[in-house]
Amino acid sequence: MDTLYTVFVDPFVQMAAAPDFLMQVLWEGLVSGVLYALIALGFVLIFKSSRIFNFAQGIMVVFAALTLVGLHENGVPAWAAVPLTLLVMYCLAFGIERVVLRPLINQPDIVLFMATIGVTLFLIGFGEFVFGGENKVMITEQLGIPVGSLEFEPFGGFLLIEEKDVTAVALAILLVVGLLTFLNKSSMGRAIRALGDDHQAALSVGISLSTIWVLVWFIAGVIALVTGIVWGARAGVSFALEVIAYKALPVLMLGGLESVSGAIIGGLAIGILEKLFEIYWGQPFLGGNTETWFAFIFALIVLLFRPQGLFGEKIIERI
Amino acid sequence: MFYRTAGQFKTTYSADQALYPIRQDAILLGIVLAVAYVILPMVASEFAFRALLVPVLIYALAALGLNILTGFAGQLSLGTGAFMGVGAYACYKLTTIFPEMNIVIALFLSGFFSAAVGVAFGLPSLRIKGFYLAIATLAAQFFLVWLFEKAGWLYNYNASGAIEVRTLDLFGLTVTGPTATPVTQYYFVLVTVTVITLLTINLTRGRYGRTWKAVRDMDIAAELVGINLMRAKLTAFAVSSYIVGIAGALLVFFFKGAAEPNLFDIELSFLILFIAIIGGLGSILGNFLGAILIVALPVILNVIPDALGIPVSSATFEHINDMIIGALIVTILIVEPHGLARFWAVIREKLIIWPFPH
Repeated sequence: MDTLYTVFVDPFVQMAAAPDFLMQVLWEGLVSGVLYALIALGFVLIFKSSRIFNFAQGIMVVFAALTLVGLHENGVPAWAAVPLTLLVMYCLAFGIERVVLRPLINQPDIVLFMATIGVTLFLIGFGEFVFGGENKVMITEQLGIPVGSLEFEPFGGFLLIEEKDVTAVALAILLVVGLLTFLNKSSMGRAIRALGDDHQAALSVGISLSTIWVLVWFIAGVIALVTGIVWGARAGVSFALEVIAYKALPVLMLGGLESVSGAIIGGLAIGILEKLFEIYWGQPFLGGNTETWFAFIFALIVLLFRPQGLFGEKIIERI
Repeated sequence: MFYRTAGQFKTTYSADQALYPIRQDAILLGIVLAVAYVILPMVASEFAFRALLVPVLIYALAALGLNILTGFAGQLSLGTGAFMGVGAYACYKLTTIFPEMNIVIALFLSGFFSAAVGVAFGLPSLRIKGFYLAIATLAAQFFLVWLFEKAGWLYNYNASGAIEVRTLDLFGLTVTGPTATPVTQYYFVLVTVTVITLLTINLTRGRYGRTWKAVRDMDIAAELVGINLMRAKLTAFAVSSYIVGIAGALLVFFFKGAAEPNLFDIELSFLILFIAIIGGLGSILGNFLGAILIVALPVILNVIPDALGIPVSSATFEHINDMIIGALIVTILIVEPHGLARFWAVIREKLIIWPFPH
């Protein structure tokens, strides 16, 4: 009975006893959830439009952040470094489409997936070759992101919110709203969705596959840059950032591989749940560091009941 | 001329179904085995054993295990590294709990532990497919590595948190530990790999192999003709994890000598996956070709700048190595998505019809 009590009742008692701490945990979870959601969004966009499971999305985040910081180190002012980085990401998208994807059209999914792993490895080597492998500091202040912190006193307790986290959430919301507007209202956005629904039909009404692919990979690059800026401001810029890309994978499982809203909701859910689990169950009972696997096991358990994810398309098999 | 198959008549079914029905294939295999068993041990240096031959064999074995799951049964897995870890830790625990146990027995028993864990993590494959399953296997990857780190019992509560291989004897010869000679270790690994490869070739040609291929090619159709999907997928997970586990135990006991949990992290999984893909999914030979390429490439790359007299720092060299392997993966996928094994198949076809191209 005692163990049952400590596992199933006691954590909730603690949550109720210290609501200010609970709010702090929730906020931290929310912020990391927003970042997971952003990376997952890059995956979803590319998968939706081309059925390519883009493993390189994580390294694109690192690469974008590294390019931004690297350019700034070499004397480019911050306001000019951002458009220049975007230009680099465009060249990257163009290059990937031309060199890797175009020759691989019509290959099985697993071959394309492997190709993106090849791209990942290449970008790791290339990024380290050009910018060096050591850790860098994100140019937060130069970009005009506030670095102070806000303090609140809810329930007679204490709550600390960093301003750059608020900026991160605001930026993410802006990006998602902009992206959804683009996808739903502009003709280019409609072309992307058409391509995602049916390649053959989209091609036959005159939508250019290669243009759209470059565009989609470029958008993924923009998302990567935003993610890189906000995550880099929290944790510094290094290749260790790549591990947060793995975190986007359970988000995809949970939300479904082709659902934009799934990526966002799944990201927030995983971010908050893994923080709660780590603080109230992981550290007291399991020796901590449960954040490395909690998201995966959680997503796995959910998938056992909904194999296509919470918002994924139901797979109907015919013979 | 070298590969004339004309005149080799089969008069019995067993001759037709032999492992190598064409005489030249058997001769070639004999030559390869002779080189591996006799010539290489005579000419190879200690560096070659430690940096090339032993790792090639071990990685090829791991890729063979993965290939059964991914290439034959069509279940993409990204958790190979963790299953290798299960094999290694199981072998470590067996040799410490039963110090008298023969290393061969410990090795083959430890495979059963990884097979059991593999089946446990393979259970979701009954409902989850494709990329969803690939991500699900990552759950095994991250969870098991975390477990290796946190469960003190697994590494006998060492202060270092790592497992270290002690000296073990086999028939009076020291085979593991720092005092073992590279040649003994090489022979041990070679014999193990040869035996398992032979068994695997026959397994994939037989009833189970054909069942797996049917599931891979179209699972619904396979179910309609009476194949039990659950049994097919779970046996694939079991056999695959068994072989992968043995490869993991070999990796620690005969190559690294000691292992920290992060040896078995996701990079190892990807390395094995690269070998399997570059070599060719669904082939046995490909694993060996892929392992040779992946292991030898950095060694060769290391030699080139020295030969040309260009000084390259080791960090730069590593970045270039990453870039080249990445580019190589993409190139091979574009040129020949079926991998290096397919290259060999093409050469063999050409040799058979040579000098008449049609």
